[in-house]
Amino acid sequence: MRPPFDISWRFLKVWRRNLVTYQKIWKVNFITPLLEPLLYILAFGLGFSGLVQGVDYAGRQLTYTQFIAPALIATAVMWNAFFETTYASFVRMYYQKTFDGMLATPLSLEEIILAEVVWSATKAFGAAAIMMVVLGILGFIDFPSGLLILPVAFLGGLAMGAIGMFFTGITPTIDMFNLPIFLFITPMFLFSGTFFPVSNLPAWAQPMALAFPLYHLVELVRRFSLGVSQTHPAISVAYLLIFALIFLALAMRSMRKRLIS
Amino acid sequence: MGNIIDVQHLIKRYDGFTAVDDLSFAVAPGEFFGLLGPNGAGKTTTIRILYGFSPLTEGRVQVFGRDIASDRRAIKARIGVCQQDNTLDPDLSVEQNLLIFAGYFSIPAPEAQRRAEELLEFFALVHKKDAKVMELSGGMARRLILARALINQPDLLILDEPTTGLDPQSRHQVWEKLESLKERGLTVLMTTHYMEEAAQLCDRLVIVDHGRILVNGTPVELIAQHAGGSVIEIEGPDPALRDYIAQNEVACDDLGRKLIIYTTEDSELNTIIRERFCAARCTFRSSTLEDVFLRLTGRALRE
Repeated sequence: MRPPFDISWRFLKVWRRNLVTYQKIWKVNFITPLLEPLLYILAFGLGFSGLVQGVDYAGRQLTYTQFIAPALIATAVMWNAFFETTYASFVRMYYQKTFDGMLATPLSLEEIILAEVVWSATKAFGAAAIMMVVLGILGFIDFPSGLLILPVAFLGGLAMGAIGMFFTGITPTIDMFNLPIFLFITPMFLFSGTFFPVSNLPAWAQPMALAFPLYHLVELVRRFSLGVSQTHPAISVAYLLIFALIFLALAMRSMRKRLIS
Repeated sequence: MGNIIDVQHLIKRYDGFTAVDDLSFAVAPGEFFGLLGPNGAGKTTTIRILYGFSPLTEGRVQVFGRDIASDRRAIKARIGVCQQDNTLDPDLSVEQNLLIFAGYFSIPAPEAQRRAEELLEFFALVHKKDAKVMELSGGMARRLILARALINQPDLLILDEPTTGLDPQSRHQVWEKLESLKERGLTVLMTTHYMEEAAQLCDRLVIVDHGRILVNGTPVELIAQHAGGSVIEIEGPDPALRDYIAQNEVACDDLGRKLIIYTTEDSELNTIIRERFCAARCTFRSSTLEDVFLRLTGRALRE
């Protein structure tokens, strides 16, 4: 009988395929993570900080820009990974039939899905690395601890990419991605301790915010940028890891159901 | 040496629908084998099971003497597949399509490069090496799909409607390439809707309908057995001819405005019809595989 998940190192070949295609467009993709943090810092630092007194976070007084700078990296990881395994993977799967072509080779479907998720994490990692340098130069990140943002971004990318891939497995048409974005990504983007601490939320809403993977990603990035966090980093790492594994398995299952009849 | 493909009592059901219903056939080494049938007959489903894309419901499928259920990866490594849809990678150039695909088979880069150059040469695509796949004409895209299917130097080539949608020039070019692969002794399994194509390329074929095999044989045998060898088409037939046919139990298809009579050359029937019933327009011609196909699968539209 076929094992439940048929996976070998061959998945790296599919990862490489995505890297080769990305090399053709990287110059354009490079600009967003480079300029986006500057825009946000400018807007919030100059425009917004007059309205906000600063944030008292985990016992430390932070300026508002200091508070949101790590969240910018975390949300960029989320967008990069989630968009890659939703819209981009859907195009490859449905419109380009790239997966069908791959399935006529020794590759298994699980390897293709794993490669897509790992690739989305790689893209998120790249964006985070650029933003880390920019925000580092602007003085928002302490080094060397800030370097730990890199593995954290990859882990966060895996979690976000895996849930994106799961949605790709169950979403009938590409327009329907609006639904998980509206119901899941947007609330997560706003209420994960990104733009204000979770403790400002009403008591009933706080546990929900803590269930968002983005919350743990923001916590970890903030921890390694500024040395403060509300949740212990080990808990956040474990949460993201388990989240990634569960949704990777669910993504493989939903894609198998979708593609192989 | 045993059979390259051995399919025994293959059954495939999805959601209560039986797409393949007790199919058995075998393909010998070096054989060019055709799987023919109308739309929805179960051809693509069968092919997808053969190259390990879909799991089977019942029966046994062996390729290269190995079981597809347990040795999927090893089998897939030795098969080349030319799918019905264009599955070329539009994000990559023509050459990269071959090189990246070679990577999926774990072919080392220098060897992949050598094979890619050879295949681009063989399929007359060298000048398009750096072109984007989107810029290729239908014929060139199909040749590239074929080239890609050969990158792993397969022992079995599976072609799902290799010339559908091509213009006559491109189709003939693809045929020529397939002929030359056949000469090299490559085993091929092909589905097609073009009887002319099947008659020209296939050593042996089966006609499938509703997931079952109707006939199995060489094109010449099948024509002789099921369409007589000679066909008379009579437009606006005389009622007297219909009476004659009914009385003498002549093999024919009555399409209302047209009668198609299956006979043999130089037969008595042939002479009688020519002399007595050919007031209106009559066409005498050799029977073809298309006659066999239509006789066996009916003339009703599918889907």
